[in-house]
Amino acid sequence: MNQGLPPAAAPVDLNGPGHYLHWGVIQLSVANLVVIGVMVLIFVLALVLRFPKGGDRK
Amino acid sequence: MSEETQEGATGGWTGAMRRSAVKAFPPDKLLPDTQPKYVASWIYVFGVLTLAAFLVVLGTGGVLALKGPAWWHTSGFGHYVNSLHLWSVELFMAFMVIHLWGKFFMAAWRGRRVLTWITGAVAFVGSVGTAFTGYLVQQNFDSQWISTQAKDGLNAVGIGAFFNVTDFGQMLMWHIVLLPLVVGILVVLHILMVRHRGVVPPIALPGQELVAGEEAAR
Amino acid sequence: MSMRTMTRRARTAEPDPYSYGSRHYDLVKEFTIALVAVLALTFALAAVFSSPDEKPMTIASWAKADPGDFTATALAELDGSSATAGYGPPYNAAADGQKIGPLALAKALGVTHPIDTAQDFVLGPLGSAPQVPDVETALKQYQGASSDQQTKWTGAYSDALTKAGGDPTKVAASPDFGPTPVLLAQLLKQAQTGSLDGALLSEGGFYQTDYTLPLLFLADGSDLAAQADNEHLSGDQWGMMNETGNFPGQAWLWLYTFWYQISPYNHSDNADALVWGTMMVLTLAFVLVPFIPGVRSIPRLVPVYRLIWREHYRDQREQERLRTAGPPDIPATDGE
Repeated sequence: MNQGLPPAAAPVDLNGPGHYLHWGVIQLSVANLVVIGVMVLIFVLALVLRFPKGGDRK
Repeated sequence: MSEETQEGATGGWTGAMRRSAVKAFPPDKLLPDTQPKYVASWIYVFGVLTLAAFLVVLGTGGVLALKGPAWWHTSGFGHYVNSLHLWSVELFMAFMVIHLWGKFFMAAWRGRRVLTWITGAVAFVGSVGTAFTGYLVQQNFDSQWISTQAKDGLNAVGIGAFFNVTDFGQMLMWHIVLLPLVVGILVVLHILMVRHRGVVPPIALPGQELVAGEEAAR
Repeated sequence: MSMRTMTRRARTAEPDPYSYGSRHYDLVKEFTIALVAVLALTFALAAVFSSPDEKPMTIASWAKADPGDFTATALAELDGSSATAGYGPPYNAAADGQKIGPLALAKALGVTHPIDTAQDFVLGPLGSAPQVPDVETALKQYQGASSDQQTKWTGAYSDALTKAGGDPTKVAASPDFGPTPVLLAQLLKQAQTGSLDGALLSEGGFYQTDYTLPLLFLADGSDLAAQADNEHLSGDQWGMMNETGNFPGQAWLWLYTFWYQISPYNHSDNADALVWGTMMVLTLAFVLVPFIPGVRSIPRLVPVYRLIWREHYRDQREQERLRTAGPPDIPATDGE
């Protein structure tokens, strides 16, 4: 299989050595931590932010 | 509706199927232009976001399929399509999990909606399996490592006897045909159930089991 | 509306969602906006972050980069001491496979992908290639010998290889090794030229999609695992969640990979089976949450629902206030 082409150049290159965090038994990549953190943040915002109201009917 | 009544129980199996479909899903229930008043939170948009992301996953996967599994390694455009597929999957899983958190805290299985929960939960598990088989058919170091590791778990419980993660052809079929089909069917059933039963009403506050809405409906 | 509400209520004994009052809500518009938003996000994330594609390791690249590890692995396949050779089902009957307590699922399902490591990884690929007379003689000598004799040869060579620090070029020739060094040197040559990659794949015929043999051979060596370990992908590094480089991985496998980090899973011979058993039970519990006492009550105890429906509860309080303040014979109704 020809795998000659390098990955297309991206503005943010995530191909370098990975960054990892350790707390006791827990090991987590920074990338996964960011994803999980963003998910929790979005969840909290979805609960807290006011939803625009449509018109009442009947 | 009146025509149906005049026809009575005619039309054989076809007529019976049409009548039961129309009964379960009258047009204004299938595509309502109103929602209950309590549907007023951003948490409600994560179901439809999950559905939208699922369609983008299917679409980007379809483009990858056009030129076969090895294309994206040798084409810059192919690599970009692979990136679209990866990030749409990340969005799909993230939206689905937020949707799941929301529905759990609403106890959304109340009011004969247990099957809605079950189809959603199985769709989640199926999506995890679909994503996993996607990692196996990337034809790169990831696939080598993940397949040789995962085989131990699957072999340990006998699944490896018929589901061989080191067989690229078998995994490709599961990833692009069987599992998406299963997840797709579950998603359709899940959405139909939501439309059939409607959005789950609020949990009654302690000491107020008879909420205004329930009283009004009495 | 109220007629339909009445009949539906009589059937279901559940409040009709629309009995709480309704408001305009354009589902198709919502879906369209969601689809456009997800498409835009996907295009942006893909453009900014791209995706990982680390080259696969080939038998050739492994044999060239680390001939010592390749030779040691090939020897282990030949003398039956490799991980695959001693694996058990579904590859062979050398072991019983893992168990969950008394439950031996692997053994029950049996050997469905038979692999004879000496034949499939070493003797077969050597025999199917045209060989110089020395190698042909060595192959015939090895295949014609008793298994006791074979074990003596491979055992002596294994000891010598260990003494030489794993470098086959530093092992002095000895008649104790029999034909073993000639065979392994030739296999290394075939591996380095790339023909072993092809030979392992084509054992089933012309068209081939099953990479079980080359993958298991690679996994029996130590270089594949070393590279994975270096990239934080090993089982004891929560590796199932991780991806090469700084890309997010399968974060949703956090619970699966978690069990491998703790006792008793992290030191059990049946770790994989136990983790799978645990996850099967938990997955079933997840699917059946609505039926599990305690778990199904968590939403009532954790007042997230009060946030979600805060406007509804506020309206309700307001109506309660109006009802107690207003004339008693006009019941407050909501939205009807």
